Amino acid sequence: MSVFQSLIKKEILHLMRDFRTVTVVLVIPVVLLLLFGFAISTGVNNVRVVAVVEQHTDETKQIIERFRTNSYFTFVGVVTRNDMETLLRKGRVDAAVTFRTEKGKLKHQIIVDASNTNMAQTATAYLESVISSGNSIPVVINTLYNPQLRSAYNFVPGIMGMIFIIICAMMTSVSIVSEKESGTMNLLLVSPVRPYIIILGKLVPYFMLSCIILTLMLMLSYTVLGIPFSFSVINVIWVTILYVILALALGLLISTIASTQVSALLVSGVMFMIPVVLLSGMIFPVENMPLVLQWFTCIIPARWYISAMRILMIQQLPVGYVLTEVSVLSGMTLVVLILAIKKFNAKK
Amino acid sequence: MDKEIVISVKDLTKKFGNFIAVDHITIQVSRGEIFGFLGANGAGKTTAMRILCGLSFPTSGTGTVAGYDIIRQAEEIKRHIGYMSQKFSLYEELTVWENLNLFATIYGMSAKDIKKKAGAVFEALGMENMRNVLVKEIPLGWKQKLAFTVATLHSPDIVFLDEPTGGVDPFTRRKFWEMIYRASSEGMTVFVTTHYLDEAEYCNRVSIMVDGHIKALDSPTGLKQRYHAETMDEVFRIVARGAKRWD
Repeated sequence: MSVFQSLIKKEILHLMRDFRTVTVVLVIPVVLLLLFGFAISTGVNNVRVVAVVEQHTDETKQIIERFRTNSYFTFVGVVTRNDMETLLRKGRVDAAVTFRTEKGKLKHQIIVDASNTNMAQTATAYLESVISSGNSIPVVINTLYNPQLRSAYNFVPGIMGMIFIIICAMMTSVSIVSEKESGTMNLLLVSPVRPYIIILGKLVPYFMLSCIILTLMLMLSYTVLGIPFSFSVINVIWVTILYVILALALGLLISTIASTQVSALLVSGVMFMIPVVLLSGMIFPVENMPLVLQWFTCIIPARWYISAMRILMIQQLPVGYVLTEVSVLSGMTLVVLILAIKKFNAKK
Repeated sequence: MDKEIVISVKDLTKKFGNFIAVDHITIQVSRGEIFGFLGANGAGKTTAMRILCGLSFPTSGTGTVAGYDIIRQAEEIKRHIGYMSQKFSLYEELTVWENLNLFATIYGMSAKDIKKKAGAVFEALGMENMRNVLVKEIPLGWKQKLAFTVATLHSPDIVFLDEPTGGVDPFTRRKFWEMIYRASSEGMTVFVTTHYLDEAEYCNRVSIMVDGHIKALDSPTGLKQRYHAETMDEVFRIVARGAKRWD
């Protein structure tokens, strides 16, 4: 067995014997994917609505009937203005609609509990569309790429962006730093093994682990989550591999800076996890951020990766549409690798 | 001296900015010798040892280890030395055999050689029934023996032992020194740092480092005579008196 092979074997043995970590690492992506795909959605269901009607007309009756039948609403009933306020204040209903006829025309007002702004906005939009549908000009809405507006489509790229940073950057840096702490890194460094072999011996096993996770996540996305399968999966795979390499390089860089496992964990947690969740466009659209933050998001790898994944996975466009993302990611990988190797060798 | 010289350094100096960790040290160690490298924490022992092991380069000075130049042939040096760290560092999640096999492979031994030598060593140490036990589960004394075995299985010219007896009970320490003697009698040079001054008595020659300099270098008997001391402990206290770096 060559030195390189035996180093990799050692790493794999270490990983496998740390059974808990491996389970967590393999289970977390699946759980996150299923959780975000099914349980958590940014859509709003079961908006509890009451109506206040000054004078019933055919029109108001029709609208109320539409509330009753619409699956997004739970129609609580027609109440007086006073009752409506109490109900809203007590949190028994989420929204109220009042109808008033003025000069023969029906006017309406929507009152919504905005303690959760996200929900309030969505509910308002639903209410508007239910009230206005049926009269005047019909609006035909055609949502491309995600006809059912399922949030899973939005989250899959985001979760992939997050998972690979965690697995690769966090686990690699922690495992290298733990070797520094236990002193085995020193044993390797005084041995005739070339430093680049030591580094590769650390990175390759985590790369393999990432590939397993990628397979797992893609299988789930294309089957359970129902993302349409096409040949663009090949592009998804190689762009993800590029991202994994970047994350591994980041892990290596962290390991050269951090001297204890805890600090490695903190650095990768604070430097990557939080920005990835908040600033990568995974949950909050980058376009809505203040300009300064938008510039800042440019240095977050996940932002580019997630954007590329949306184009390749959801829109399924050819690779020509992600050239910017791919070149930014490649550039970052190169810079981080050079920095990490320089720092790794600088200790002499 | 008629014996072959395996470590020879002259005016070795290492500076970190304004701090001079190692200040013009000159040592010669011959084959088969047990060389004690003493000094308080912070005296510069570790830095000097790192240079000798090819882990670090000197700011100035020259030298050879195992016949190779410490500046130009650091990689060659690594091939001909063994190193045991003060924490008996081994891979905790690997078994005794896996650790031995890994490091022997790293030092370029063939699978056949490893099997043959490891078998003999396990037998000599009485560790045969521990082959498949995870290192984290074996007692400290065994871990120490294993770490020494791992450092010497490839029969290096020189083995560097960095505080190889820290935290171990006196009986195990004496047993360990028997291993060192055996290695030395087989022609291996042993370069050892220690904090236990009674152990310094076991060395053929001892150097005492103070503030980056080598303040004293002789056989334990020679040192005791020169400083009119009864024990090495006394010698050390006289020599290290006035040290500025101490922690």
